[in-house]
Amino acid sequence: MRENVVIRTVSRLAVPFIQVFALYVIVHGASGAGGGFQGGVVFASSFILMMVAFGLVEVRRRIDNRGIMIFSVMGIAIYAGIGFLCLLLAGNFLEYGVIEAAVGIPHLHGYLLDAVEAGIGITVMAVMTSIIYDISDNRGEAP
Amino acid sequence: MKTKALIAVLFIGIILFWAVEDMPAFGDPEAPATKYTGELYIQSVLPDIGIDNIVTAILASYRGFDTLGEVVVIFTAGISVALLLRRGEKV
Repeated sequence: MRENVVIRTVSRLAVPFIQVFALYVIVHGASGAGGGFQGGVVFASSFILMMVAFGLVEVRRRIDNRGIMIFSVMGIAIYAGIGFLCLLLAGNFLEYGVIEAAVGIPHLHGYLLDAVEAGIGITVMAVMTSIIYDISDNRGEAP
Repeated sequence: MKTKALIAVLFIGIILFWAVEDMPAFGDPEAPATKYTGELYIQSVLPDIGIDNIVTAILASYRGFDTLGEVVVIFTAGISVALLLRRGEKV
């Protein structure tokens, strides 16, 4: 696959647009169709396209297993951290209205939903990429 | 064996077509599925939360704990694949 210049050029052009579209889907979750799960999968699909075009080693050099695991924990940490922040401010778990009342910024509830969706997106992206890494790794044997 | 399967398929099909008669029309505002909680959510999402997307509001705010569980399920799936296929390697 490495010698095909068409595939390499087209995917080099397509990957940034796919990633920008994924970020748009995640950020747009509060005001239209979209959300963390969908955006995370779209983001992971850009890594899969890179793996198809440039090979596993090339993609792994940019983001390795360790980074992927850190990302997948980080998403859940963002989500649960916002929940525990509500507990600290004497509310229920994930009761975002308490934070809005404590900080005093209007419409903060919607922005917190965006942050939660971003956490979901990070976790989904990292887990999908991790699974693809694991099932496509042939441990140095011939492909 | 084939006759028995055909009889079972026809029997279940007749029951399903019989039940379709009682279903509400497509997009019926008086249908039970859209009448009670659906209407409640449509009326209370904007004053409660202030975002336009009702689906996201239910997913991440009203049912936020549920969605946290879903994310943990996905994370567990990734961890399980890593444990099964990445055996004996350092992370």
